Amino acid sequence: MSIKTSDLSFKQRMRENLSDSFKRQSIAAAQDLINQKRQECYDKLGDFEKWRDLAADIRSHVLDNLDYYLEQFVSNAERVGATVHFARDAAEANAIAREIFRKKKATKAVKSKSMVTEEIGLNEALEEIGVQILETDLGEYLLQVDNKDKPSHIVIPALHKDRKRIRGVLAAELGYDGDDVPENMTKFVRGILRQAFLSADIAVTGCNFAIAETGTIALMTNEGNGRFVTSIPKTHIVFMGMERIVPSFRELDIMFSMLARSGVGARTSVYMSLITGPKAPADVDGPEELHIIIVDNGRSAVLASEFRDVLRCIRCGACMLECPAYRHVSGHGYGVLYPGPLGAALVPLIAGYKEYKDITKICSLCGACNDVCPVKIPLYETIYQHRRIIVEREKLTNRLEDAAFSVYGNIIGHSRLYRAATRLAFLGNWAPRVSLLKEWCKSREMPVIQKERFRDWFARRRRGEA
Amino acid sequence: MKVSFFVTCIADNVLTNIGIKSIELLEELGCDVVFNPKQTCCGQPLANTGYHKKAKKSMRVLIDALLEDGCDYVVAPSGSCVLQVKEFPHFFRDEAGWADKATVLVDKTFEITDFIVNVLKVTDVGASLTGRAAYHPSCHMSRLLGVKEPPILLLQHVSGLQLVPFKGQDKCCGFGGTFAVKMADLSGAMVTEKVQNIAAAGVDYVIGADGACLMNIEGCIKREGYNIRVYHVVEVLMMR
Repeated sequence: MSIKTSDLSFKQRMRENLSDSFKRQSIAAAQDLINQKRQECYDKLGDFEKWRDLAADIRSHVLDNLDYYLEQFVSNAERVGATVHFARDAAEANAIAREIFRKKKATKAVKSKSMVTEEIGLNEALEEIGVQILETDLGEYLLQVDNKDKPSHIVIPALHKDRKRIRGVLAAELGYDGDDVPENMTKFVRGILRQAFLSADIAVTGCNFAIAETGTIALMTNEGNGRFVTSIPKTHIVFMGMERIVPSFRELDIMFSMLARSGVGARTSVYMSLITGPKAPADVDGPEELHIIIVDNGRSAVLASEFRDVLRCIRCGACMLECPAYRHVSGHGYGVLYPGPLGAALVPLIAGYKEYKDITKICSLCGACNDVCPVKIPLYETIYQHRRIIVEREKLTNRLEDAAFSVYGNIIGHSRLYRAATRLAFLGNWAPRVSLLKEWCKSREMPVIQKERFRDWFARRRRGEA
Repeated sequence: MKVSFFVTCIADNVLTNIGIKSIELLEELGCDVVFNPKQTCCGQPLANTGYHKKAKKSMRVLIDALLEDGCDYVVAPSGSCVLQVKEFPHFFRDEAGWADKATVLVDKTFEITDFIVNVLKVTDVGASLTGRAAYHPSCHMSRLLGVKEPPILLLQHVSGLQLVPFKGQDKCCGFGGTFAVKMADLSGAMVTEKVQNIAAAGVDYVIGADGACLMNIEGCIKREGYNIRVYHVVEVLMMR
């Protein structure tokens, strides 16, 4: 995969996803359930606002001093025996990984869920050189076997599938003949994955947090696949977005508390694996070689821009689960790896306004995302500013729209013109329902424009007539 | 107390009863209300779409019109338009004269229920309306402007009125300015869900404090054929 996950046009994506009532129901039910769990979790914890102030401060502090913490992290990771690589972009990151696979003559890899590897298109890059790479997160695995279906959420990639659909995928692709009870289906998949863990040459994981003080990689998973992946294969490659750092375990504690609650509405993830260097001589398991590939891929430019705060993101997905637009178009409507408010804020920054301007339109500017973000990213403000940049700096608009808005701006920008225009506006009540009126009338009746405007009433009243 | 009334373009031209009832209410509460006819629109449809420069013309017109009469306060029956006014200083941060004027305006400007409760210190205006009502807290007003309690406090004092909670109450109605026509299918899906949730609560009325959201919700209620009346808070507060 890469940042772009769909070849359909924006209009086609909107139409296709809005007309998929099954998917809409699945997403809505999942949103309602997880949001309620998240709310309960934070109610129990108390002081959500204070917690997220703290989490936001930690993330901002790290970003403001990222050079320092990266250096500290790298020197500590190397001290405990890891090999650290820096990759400027997706191509460099993939080339480093391929080189490791070539050196090890490795053909089989198992992967624990990682967004940054999806961002750089690692699976495809490895498949090109004949490596078989298997997703081991249950959701990602289901998508992989379902003809590489695309994720609809960053934490819960198969959010758009229910148990019946999942059963269908397992039956069609893997010959499963059991029922659609989740436990039974999971048991079936476990049988397949266990074999893969044992036979893999190389493990690939992401990195939820990297601890500068100790050179440790922290992985949070719920299924135990992260633990398997990092225990058995002899070589482990970690892909890490360059902004994933926390200074020490003290800050990890806070970020971990927020990520589990905001991500899936749980007090904790089931597993947290802390990996500090490769296997030591006395250890019974773990990889002999640990490579950490630190990926920039556009992040430095964001760091230097007015939108640095977007890099605070800890990839919890709460903004998507709260978003009323995401609710109806799902992650697939965005056609990008990072959907929802985060996607609309981040993707134009790391992948360009030109290709990704349209996703900033999937937003009614309701601000609900701002209220749930555990690191207080100004998502609303960022999307709002993107729209300005798209129009005024990048000039990525169509002329007709520019002209229409110019006319409108001139009418409301001149008092007399506005008064003259609104005096006749009621004639619009008989206007044919085409263009914008047609759009409005798809789901709604037109309101009536009044012949006597408020200002006419007010003047009449002042004259003593009303 | 001299108050300059900012009617907003929707209440000036479409939902005019909101403007009328606002004036009657403010006068009943003892305000000396001025309406400056030079005012136009806050420019939000342009700004939200990205056309900030084009929007600034109307902002200048509005700043001058609302400050011209030297009133103590500026009051508007829309949290969204008030939010936009509150943002004016950001738009003029590179134009010292306008930034100063905008800041003066910001300090004087209040959403009408906020003004009644927190400036006039009134929560019971003696209104009555019998029935069950769903209150829709508009996003800009409640989340971004932070005016959550005042409309509810006022409605709680309306005799005979029962406020009924409903599923997804605090969710966006899908209006979003030009979003409603540029992304009409998505906006339609959002408002349809909103209206279905309101109807499921078995209410006689929907009450809100933002004309734009009400226009959207009412349009959908009519399309779906529900027998639910839609009112702005000020309309309810003037019922006796």
